[in-house]
Amino acid sequence: MNVLECEGLAKAFDELVAVDDVGFHIAAGETYGLLGPNGAGKTTTISMISGILESDAGKVTVAGKEITTRTTDGNAEIGYVPQDIAIYPDLTARENLRFFGKLYGIPKASLGPRVDEVLEVIGLSDRGDDRTEEYSGGMKRRLNIGIGLLHEPSLLILDEPTVGVDPQSRNSILESVELLGQSGTAVLYTTHYMEEAERLCDRVAIIDGGKIRAEGTRRELVELVGQRDTINLGVIGSAYRLVEALESMPEIHKITAADASVEILVDGASSVLPRILEVAQQSEVGVSGVEVVEPNLESVFLHLTGKALRD
Amino acid sequence: MRASMIIALKDLSQRIRDKSAILLGIVAPLGLALIFAAIIPDASDFTSDIQVGVVDDDRSAISAPFINDVLPSVEADGLLTVESYDSAETAIAAVDAGTISAAYIFPEGFSDSLQAGGEATVEIVGNVDDSIATQIAKAVLDSYLAEVDAVGVAVGAVMVSGGSDVAGIAQSVTASTSAVVLADVAAGNRELDATTFFSAGMAVFFLFFTVQFGVSSLLEERHFGTLPRLLGAPISRWSVIGGKAITSFVLGLISMIVLAVATTFMIGAEWGNPLGVLILMICGVMSALGIMALVAVVAKTPEQAANYQAIVAVALGMLGGTFFPLSQGPRILSLFSKLTPHAWFLQGLGDLSAGESLKAVVTPALALLAFFVVTIGIASIWRKEVLAP
Repeated sequence: MNVLECEGLAKAFDELVAVDDVGFHIAAGETYGLLGPNGAGKTTTISMISGILESDAGKVTVAGKEITTRTTDGNAEIGYVPQDIAIYPDLTARENLRFFGKLYGIPKASLGPRVDEVLEVIGLSDRGDDRTEEYSGGMKRRLNIGIGLLHEPSLLILDEPTVGVDPQSRNSILESVELLGQSGTAVLYTTHYMEEAERLCDRVAIIDGGKIRAEGTRRELVELVGQRDTINLGVIGSAYRLVEALESMPEIHKITAADASVEILVDGASSVLPRILEVAQQSEVGVSGVEVVEPNLESVFLHLTGKALRD
Repeated sequence: MRASMIIALKDLSQRIRDKSAILLGIVAPLGLALIFAAIIPDASDFTSDIQVGVVDDDRSAISAPFINDVLPSVEADGLLTVESYDSAETAIAAVDAGTISAAYIFPEGFSDSLQAGGEATVEIVGNVDDSIATQIAKAVLDSYLAEVDAVGVAVGAVMVSGGSDVAGIAQSVTASTSAVVLADVAAGNRELDATTFFSAGMAVFFLFFTVQFGVSSLLEERHFGTLPRLLGAPISRWSVIGGKAITSFVLGLISMIVLAVATTFMIGAEWGNPLGVLILMICGVMSALGIMALVAVVAKTPEQAANYQAIVAVALGMLGGTFFPLSQGPRILSLFSKLTPHAWFLQGLGDLSAGESLKAVVTPALALLAFFVVTIGIASIWRKEVLAP
């Protein structure tokens, strides 16, 4: 069953079209990524999905309830973690959580235990009564996410939650998101980090210029644009002799030689590599190193939009 | 409403914690009221040794009650010591010599002129070195003339100093044109005593700084990034605005009540009928809330809002007569002051302190509510922009 369904979302700010006919769905337990560079329309899209921003067109339902800026019922199904740290610095973590817990209608009797539980999950149990202005950036980020998790939403929306985070906290956040997916929560995750999308997301939408350019699993996206694996061989002896020997192999699409290396573009590196090494041995060319580069979402994005993710 | 209360409780706890609201809402106005009350004494503190003279060349039914009834009564209260003089020249000479601080001179034909519908003049001659005594003497006469509803009666005040030409001054007194023309003296012009005036003045002046904490916190929510969280919560957008309004209202009302109680017990301020005062306070807080909300929606950042609000609060406070009684300024200032909630609030208190019934607060209260309705109405036009994530 789909937790989130949105279709035909559009939003323009004066002349600037920020989002144009965006639609997708997310099932329970699925982590869905919106991958795109800054200004691609990710935040505008999730602002409309979470009922913060009024859309010009389109429809959003979460757990079967329609979401607009005027409705409130469905908002309780959504946990929203904004890109910027959104906590009150002069309140403690516990007070921040209690405040938002009350706003989300968590019953008084269960609010205290739930706050303790979330503090435990985000690793702030021992600092829960300190004012958040005394926290490190990573601790604030974890609390930022904790507030989104507090009311156990059906859909958790995370807007670039690792921007500006140290590597240790980043890893902790990514592990938390992985656990969420396993617990059955639908997760909408926006990022411009290709590695995060590849690690966390069951499906990814490539978004640029306010439009979704492609959508699917990582493998589907790679196949969609016909990307191939690259094998880089370090050679001892004549690289050109190896090139001549390999040219007749039908699995090889392109081969380029340099002084001590050969770059080979193939379909399915794992199946072709043993045969290549065999030909090298037969040609009396030594192999000093092997590197297999599989196509990634970065290259998919480059192929689809003609620009790099971090442009 | 539930969500608004949750937001308001959170905001109030933040404000109490950072102490800024307590400082601006209670400590600063109370401190200034105490200082003003200490350095500007009430009449009872400095009039016991004021000596005035009186000359009645008119000997009419208008001058006689003042000389025979009012002045002895004031003298009995210990406010003034009165001495009669035969002529303007001798009275002015006594003023010049410092024997008396001021002299009332009812010129011959005063009442005839008045009864003929012309402009009549009563002169008060005061010592240049004792202007406060002269002002008090003038205030006593003003009150009397107000009671007889002497529209068109003129009072001239002339200061004399040592070595002056007594005869010339006497002549100028007789020939002088009016320095102050009394208008219809209605309940609205009744003034508070100095202690109550400065207590109420400081309370309403700082009220505008206190209520800004609530309305401006909407900009702080955006600054801290928490506004999108509030907008994404399962609550209506009006709940967010309502929470901020409740915060402003509670802070403003608490500061006013604390100040009223504190100044009553600490320096003897007389605010008047408690119910009437409470009505004025509630309406005053609402007017301040509306004006500060309007200023806040125009601003883009909390810092900008604080600057704008400070400018508006000080300008309205000055124009509204919170630092000095408007009766001591030009009449046009008194008219312009009606464009401020401060003047209406102080007018309402003045009427109450003069012993008027609760009816006296109706007009000031309605005027204060009008400020609220108009400013909140205009602020609502910008509401969408304010709540943009």
